[in-house]
Amino acid sequence: MAMAIVLILLVLGSVLFQFLSPWYFTPIASNWGAIDDTIKLTFWITGSVFVAVNLFMAYCVVRFRYRKEKRAAYEPENKKLEAWLVGLTAVGIAAMLAPGLFVWAKFVEVPNDAAVVEVVGKQWFFSFRFPGNDGKLGTVDAKYISDKNPFGMNPDDPNGQDDVLIPASELHLPIGKPVKLLLRSVDVLHNFAVPQFRAKMDLVPGMVTYFWLTPTRTGKFDILCNELCGVGHYVMRGKVVVEEEPAFQAWLSGHPTFAQTSARATGDAAAGKQLYAVCAACHGVQAEGNPALHAPKLSGLGDWYLQRQLKNYKQGTRGTHDKDVFGKMMAPIAATLADDAAIDNVSAYIKTLPDNPAPATVKGNANDGKRLYVSTCGTCHGPGGQGVQAMNAPALKGMSDWYLVTQLKNFKQGVRGAHPQDMYGPQMTLMSKTLTDERAINDLVAYINALK
Amino acid sequence: MSMFQQLMAKPWAADQGKLDDLYAGGASSRLAKKLALRVFLAVVTVLFTLLVTAYGGRMVYEDWRPAPQVNLLWANTLVLILSSAALQWAQYSVRRGQMDAMRVGLLAGGAFTVVFLFGQVLAWRQLAMMVYFDVTNPAIAFFYLITGVHGVHLLGGLVAWGRTVAKVWGDFEVAKVRQSVELCTVYWHFLLLVWLVLFGLLFTGNNLDLLLKLCGIR
Amino acid sequence: MAYVAHDASVFAPPAEVGEMELYHPKTWLGKYVWSQDAKVIGIQYAITAIGIGLVALVMSWLIRLQLGFPDSFSFIDPSNYLQFVTLHGMIMVVYLLTALFLGGFGNYLIPLMVGSRDMVFPYVNMVSYWVYLFAVLLLVASFFVPGGPTGAGWTLYPPQAILQGTPGATWGIILMLVSLVFFIIGFTMGGLNYVVTVLQARTRGMTLMRMPLTIWGIFMATVLALLAFPALLVSAIMMLFDLLLGTSFFMPALVSMGQQSEHAGGSPLLFQHLFWFFGHPEVYIVALPAFGIVSDLLSVHARKNIFGYRMMVWAIVAIGGLSFVVWAHHMYVSGMNPYFGFFFATTTLIIAVPTALKVYNWVLTLWHGNIQLTVPMLFAIGFIFAFIHGGLTGLFLGNVTVSVPLSDTMFVVAHFHLVMAVAPIMVVFGAIYHWYPKITGRMLNEGMGKFHFWATFLGTYAIYLPMHYLGFLGVPRRYYAVGGTDFIPASAQSLNAGITIASLLVGAVQLVFLYNLVWSYFKGKPSGGNPWNATTLEWQTADTPPKHGNFGATLPVVYRWAYDYSVPGADQDFIPQNVPAREVART
Repeated sequence: MAMAIVLILLVLGSVLFQFLSPWYFTPIASNWGAIDDTIKLTFWITGSVFVAVNLFMAYCVVRFRYRKEKRAAYEPENKKLEAWLVGLTAVGIAAMLAPGLFVWAKFVEVPNDAAVVEVVGKQWFFSFRFPGNDGKLGTVDAKYISDKNPFGMNPDDPNGQDDVLIPASELHLPIGKPVKLLLRSVDVLHNFAVPQFRAKMDLVPGMVTYFWLTPTRTGKFDILCNELCGVGHYVMRGKVVVEEEPAFQAWLSGHPTFAQTSARATGDAAAGKQLYAVCAACHGVQAEGNPALHAPKLSGLGDWYLQRQLKNYKQGTRGTHDKDVFGKMMAPIAATLADDAAIDNVSAYIKTLPDNPAPATVKGNANDGKRLYVSTCGTCHGPGGQGVQAMNAPALKGMSDWYLVTQLKNFKQGVRGAHPQDMYGPQMTLMSKTLTDERAINDLVAYINALK
Repeated sequence: MSMFQQLMAKPWAADQGKLDDLYAGGASSRLAKKLALRVFLAVVTVLFTLLVTAYGGRMVYEDWRPAPQVNLLWANTLVLILSSAALQWAQYSVRRGQMDAMRVGLLAGGAFTVVFLFGQVLAWRQLAMMVYFDVTNPAIAFFYLITGVHGVHLLGGLVAWGRTVAKVWGDFEVAKVRQSVELCTVYWHFLLLVWLVLFGLLFTGNNLDLLLKLCGIR
Repeated sequence: MAYVAHDASVFAPPAEVGEMELYHPKTWLGKYVWSQDAKVIGIQYAITAIGIGLVALVMSWLIRLQLGFPDSFSFIDPSNYLQFVTLHGMIMVVYLLTALFLGGFGNYLIPLMVGSRDMVFPYVNMVSYWVYLFAVLLLVASFFVPGGPTGAGWTLYPPQAILQGTPGATWGIILMLVSLVFFIIGFTMGGLNYVVTVLQARTRGMTLMRMPLTIWGIFMATVLALLAFPALLVSAIMMLFDLLLGTSFFMPALVSMGQQSEHAGGSPLLFQHLFWFFGHPEVYIVALPAFGIVSDLLSVHARKNIFGYRMMVWAIVAIGGLSFVVWAHHMYVSGMNPYFGFFFATTTLIIAVPTALKVYNWVLTLWHGNIQLTVPMLFAIGFIFAFIHGGLTGLFLGNVTVSVPLSDTMFVVAHFHLVMAVAPIMVVFGAIYHWYPKITGRMLNEGMGKFHFWATFLGTYAIYLPMHYLGFLGVPRRYYAVGGTDFIPASAQSLNAGITIASLLVGAVQLVFLYNLVWSYFKGKPSGGNPWNATTLEWQTADTPPKHGNFGATLPVVYRWAYDYSVPGADQDFIPQNVPAREVART
């Protein structure tokens, strides 16, 4: 009896859960409403079978429960009944399959007028490429990939010169226009999934995959990597912004073409030296840092990282959070650098300064910190903490340890990295949560101090 | 009774019961061994089919470069044919009760097999020293993989062969030896067949078209 | 098939399997450790599988702790989280369920149920177990190598499985692959035994269609495993080549962590095809024995023949055959040619028909039955419920269009756990409660058994029903933490916490089961030879537990199918398979 009641309650509970649960599909933002319809259909058919079979089973459990004096029926088979059941099942299956295949045919066929965007996956971020004015994407090859050419563009392909490169994990798309997403990966398998779009596809190294959609709702949506891609899988995120055509065009034109990026001059260290005079007041003449003034060591950092941070400060992406006391001091100073060239120059100058390790000030158990560093931090920042430009991960070894502690706490508390324009911050925000308390942070930094 | 008829039977029905009662039950271990070998050959067939399919699937890409020819393989093939023939001779002899001839055939079969394996290793080394050698070339990688897997199966066969050889001196039970020799022979013929297919399809010239047709890709 | 002409009314001695040489142990070690008795080997398999399964159970707790209460446990970092996820999956699917169903139940039950003295190749059978144990030890060893075990996910997809950036990318993955190679070699030895024993060592009168469905399920699963494991073997060897020799089977030209790799031209999708060519039959390697066993449990404890026996056999064969042509439904969004989707969606949904038929027949076996709600019966009903739910959610994932938004989300995790973890494990438990009396001569304690059932049944459903809805929401699987998104409401976190609590409880309840196993061995109620009044041969042995050689002096002769329950006119509500018509008591 209990069994039957439980079965009925479970069926009832499941149905109620289905209708009352606040956890269900996010409101759709693409043309793939038909996918939702097939799911709804599948729900109705499978749901009725679920209810019917289980209730019947509950009935049997009560009606035919054991009685000593009773005998079960002897019925080896009932062909007619089984034929009916098989037939009905086949009809139900066909009713789900046919619409599914019909929608799949649409999914596979890309409309001719679809615009093309390339999504490039890399551990652990997305970047994007638009074909530019000629409407053609230039050819790429893994062998061209370098820190200067992260997309692996073929420098000799004329079609690629006007390609617009978006090195950050934020993609904008115009509303109401079909778009074909060409997907490729430079290292391992990834997946481009936006829950609101419903559609998704893997990014496979060595080949180009695709799917298409038409965004139907403006807004900002999360992109998630849905294919296990290593330690940082869960931080491989991005944003897709669906907006009106003019806004989209404005956004697109704000990004340089491949030709422009390759033509960009490298920073001039000599010119940067004069600019650095302002910095030296706090960070020291050798950029060795000054704990008393809360100015971290800068020498030893990659110029690409310095450039990124200076731009962040200048644009208000960093140093604007209320609790970021010292960041707020940095922001106006970064604003004194007139333009990108000035930023490049001063970064180039800092790069020439000697990289002497900052004195260790943080006490912690390096052995305890080692495990986390080796398994997690080291995958991006390098096993020796030397920093890896390809991973957008700055050097940690020999940098001001007290500053590392502050920044880890800032990331953890959302003081740093939470700004919507900060493309690389969210990764560190998520990663820093692995450090559950102050001791863990100190242990980790102690290990970084011990790196040779 | 065919498998199909058996599966259609109604085991609860009285008349079927009378029929089923007549089933004599498990046969001898001789049949069991024979069946076991057949099942095992089916497993090995799947293994090599998958390898060949993977090879064919890789061939269709534009960047396919055939592996350089190793002429030694022709000689090796001949040696493997000889080993199979020698075992066939052993089987023929044991069936006619000519035990000395059987011993000769058995030993020759094993010896030729060892020569074949040695030749394969030599072929590996020849290939490795060629100018075209590039381990990332899939044709070359497949060559090592497939010949390696084939060779390991022959090595396994040599274990069974060794156990048989150990049995054929002094007093022995003829029926048992006879079955061991028969099983070895079947296994060798099978591996020869596999080798001929592999050699013919994969390692002599560019048999791309034929292979692709066989794999149903073209 | 060999037939003898004999009158059923005359005694006909059964054929002993040819010259089968029974192994006669002389020492304790020979009897219980280096044993060639299939029953002992089966128990060895079962204990090893359950032992390593407990390790995987603990890992599932760690996974759930992280998901339920993120940022609370400093000992679970993103790296070892992935290692737990990987090994939990790999152990549960391969080293626990495959080994337990085929190596454990297969070894114990096949000879007994088909009326044979032992497996046909007892020595090979013994070696099979030791190779399996070696594979398990290699897997365990990967915990102690630099970098720890692999964290590539149980699917071990290259390129990431062998690249830096994935935990255990060097030693961990090598040990994993080598362990799999040994597992497959060991399994093939055992599998040849199971198949040949079923085909060649059945006793007199035991035709194929008189076999219990348990044997059909295990037999077909073994055939599938024999034919599917080569694909895993090939892919494991190829990946080892890529890793150790620098070949490029699966490795295209790529740039990992800013370093140009030396690979070129390989195809990651080739691995996926090979893997799932094994992986999908693997689902049925686990499911078919469960299908078979549960059919027998239902029949025995409902005192009624299994409904539609022939259809049940055909369904097992059909599912087995079809399982080789559906593999790419795991790859709808893998980037393979999308046109494959049409084919694989169709085959996948076709396989639902025989599967549904099995479910109907189980329920129809209860219909007009005389249902004893014993512990095995409870687990059997629990199985049906879980399997219906898991099977129906499979229709979402098998249908290519419907599957796209759900693939790689928690929906998938919930689905395959219901269908491939909860459902088979319900059968495992039911089977243990059912056959424990035969194995030990004592009943398992019923009170503990009922508690174990209710907590496991309700607990697992509390884990997996809500998990589907996280998938609808779009929560990806294999995420260490999902924070930082706009679309996941905060309430999803409390749901996750609830799931975690349920899973900890369900896990803890299994300790009661283990305790019951030990307690009942010493203090359980003596069971006698056939406590459930079952018809199949294993209950008709001269001794309980059966001695080496299973059946005493003569083998039983079979006169009827395995399901003569509640036969009209007979005095008792069951007639054992070895009772001839003239000996059936009628009043």
